Amino acid sequence: MTAHFHPSDQLLSWGRVIREPHLVARPRFTDEIDGLLSAFTADAPGLAVGLRRSYGDSNLNPDGRVIDMSGLDRLISLDLETGIVRAEAGASLSQLLQVLTPAGWFLPTTPGTRFVTLGGAIANDVHGKNHHVAGTFGNSVSRLKLRRTDGSGQELTPGDPLFHATVGGLGLTGLIEWVEFSAVRIPSTDIIGEDASFEHVSEYFALAAEKKDAFEHTMAWVDCSKGGSRLGRGIFSFANWAPHGELKPHREEPRKRMPIDAPEFALNGLTVRAFNSIRHDLKSMNHGPYRQHYEPFLYPLDAIANWNKLYGASGFYQYQCVLPPETALDGTIELLRTIVMSGQGSPLAVLKDFGDHAPVGLLSFPRPGTTLAVDFRNRGEDTLKLMAKLDQIVASAGGRLYPAKDGRIPAHLFQSMFPKLQDFRGYVDPGLSSAFWRRVSA
Amino acid sequence: MTNDNKKAPSNRVVILGALSAIAIATARIYAKEGAAIMLVARNPERLNALAADLRARGAAQVETAAMDLEAAANEAAKHMADWKTRLGGISHVHVIYGYLGTQEKASSDPAELTRITSSNYTTAIHWCEATANIFRAQKSGSLVVVSSVAGDRGRQSNYAYGAAKGAIALYTQGLAHSLAGTGARAVAVKPGFVDTPMTDGMKKGGAMWASPEKVAAILRRAADKGGPIQYAPGRWRLVMTIIRSVPSPIFHKTKL
Repeated sequence: MTAHFHPSDQLLSWGRVIREPHLVARPRFTDEIDGLLSAFTADAPGLAVGLRRSYGDSNLNPDGRVIDMSGLDRLISLDLETGIVRAEAGASLSQLLQVLTPAGWFLPTTPGTRFVTLGGAIANDVHGKNHHVAGTFGNSVSRLKLRRTDGSGQELTPGDPLFHATVGGLGLTGLIEWVEFSAVRIPSTDIIGEDASFEHVSEYFALAAEKKDAFEHTMAWVDCSKGGSRLGRGIFSFANWAPHGELKPHREEPRKRMPIDAPEFALNGLTVRAFNSIRHDLKSMNHGPYRQHYEPFLYPLDAIANWNKLYGASGFYQYQCVLPPETALDGTIELLRTIVMSGQGSPLAVLKDFGDHAPVGLLSFPRPGTTLAVDFRNRGEDTLKLMAKLDQIVASAGGRLYPAKDGRIPAHLFQSMFPKLQDFRGYVDPGLSSAFWRRVSA
Repeated sequence: MTNDNKKAPSNRVVILGALSAIAIATARIYAKEGAAIMLVARNPERLNALAADLRARGAAQVETAAMDLEAAANEAAKHMADWKTRLGGISHVHVIYGYLGTQEKASSDPAELTRITSSNYTTAIHWCEATANIFRAQKSGSLVVVSSVAGDRGRQSNYAYGAAKGAIALYTQGLAHSLAGTGARAVAVKPGFVDTPMTDGMKKGGAMWASPEKVAAILRRAADKGGPIQYAPGRWRLVMTIIRSVPSPIFHKTKL
């Protein structure tokens, strides 16, 4: 059978702030793509989306057409000698890990959720805890097939200008049909990690610098509820793959599920402070190295399906920025001060230092420096005002925001943060667009 | 490019109607177990794409046969014998193909009514018989046929489909009886609402909708154990018991 577009009012991004109707088609086979793409025009542009883990509006096309790629999830070839994988763009990282890990392979890098598609990983040029070693997902892609709404299709390799527009290109340069990338060898599916607590964010930078050469995975949890001498206190985690051990994939299904939206009071300032405090006490008591499966280490939130409902029915924003090394310390302190003063911070603030890899894509987010990610429950105007303040700090520090997380950055700021935007425009498929693109390209 | 699995296959499985969402999810379960799988459906390119996927996911062997299962049903025995040779035996057969159609069209267009009945019942029984004859002779094997909860009570919205799906369940139940004591089994599985391309366009979501993966897990388990009529998920047994017991004067006031 052939897929058609059907009206749906259930297409949400991960932040669940925007609720608009879409026309959605769910193809199961790649031979359906051409017919669906032919409905996309410059006057009524469409968009291909994956598992919709982007938080804001880069994966939404309100009142327009959307191709849900998650049914195009077939492995095309898998070479267990070389680790070269070719798969349709709708395949999730979770599915790929099921196949790769028993044979001693892993993804070159992975974001904090395994429920993203390969196409989404390319379109957002995702990064992970090992960015300082591996770069972004785009660094491991050797070939991809792109289909355009004019009916053309081409295979792209690194070096092709359209390849570098497509990596990090937010799905705007064409529909990614399949992707070929190189997996990496792992000696076991366990990691050996350690935690170090720090009492002030300024100590984070020394820790990150000290651990980056010896550890593949690094990141820090930061408490957004304390100011003064305890501003940005947190836990720095660093880990490597265990050199010996079994090769066991993760459990595919999440353990728990958020059946309904949490009530508004569930995540108020008080709970956030209690949560952070407990996490802090627990973790500072445990100083020895620990061994655990990759799943809880790399994907702690995937254990709860729909954890995004924790933020209640009005949804939430995630704010993620990166500041260059020169301004990272002062800028991060200022960002955290502003967040602490607002009382709106969530328990889920993360700090991570990026490596020096040159960006693969024209719009790739990672650059050398320090990235901060914080969730804010949507309280309407107050939240937007807070994020506008943070924007000013980021802009004057010479930083940039992550399009995958953004749902409201003004066009002039986006344009100043991504200097290659002008080049990028030339590669956009006129039949494709998103709410994000209409906003920032105006 | 593909990894040839040298181990003996865990099972030797024939899937009729291999390109539906439920069939793909079922085939992936068998692939992960290391089974040898015969995929049968109309579209050869799609079959090849699925075969490559299943090999990469661990299937010991994947074969394809592109054919119109309705047209080929009169030669079911010949095809089954051929597939048995290609797989080196058959342990499980899943009959998954079917056609939903619409009642409105079936009521006015004889071709639609014939297609619904043929796809879901009158051709399917030939594949069931061919399978049962092989299983009876080898004294082992599981036949799992996809029926539907729509087959439990005639309803104005889809009684053509419901009648055919009800009939195939009854036929399978009879086969199960005839196979009793031989070592072979037959099971009809009745899914409720499943979120597949076949049902796109319906309003979805909520506790009564199951994923194809969930239904596939039940089909896979039905090949190993359980009675001749199973519901997917199991709570539909209670729901349909209630729906069957609503007296007609009341039922006729509904638009179900």
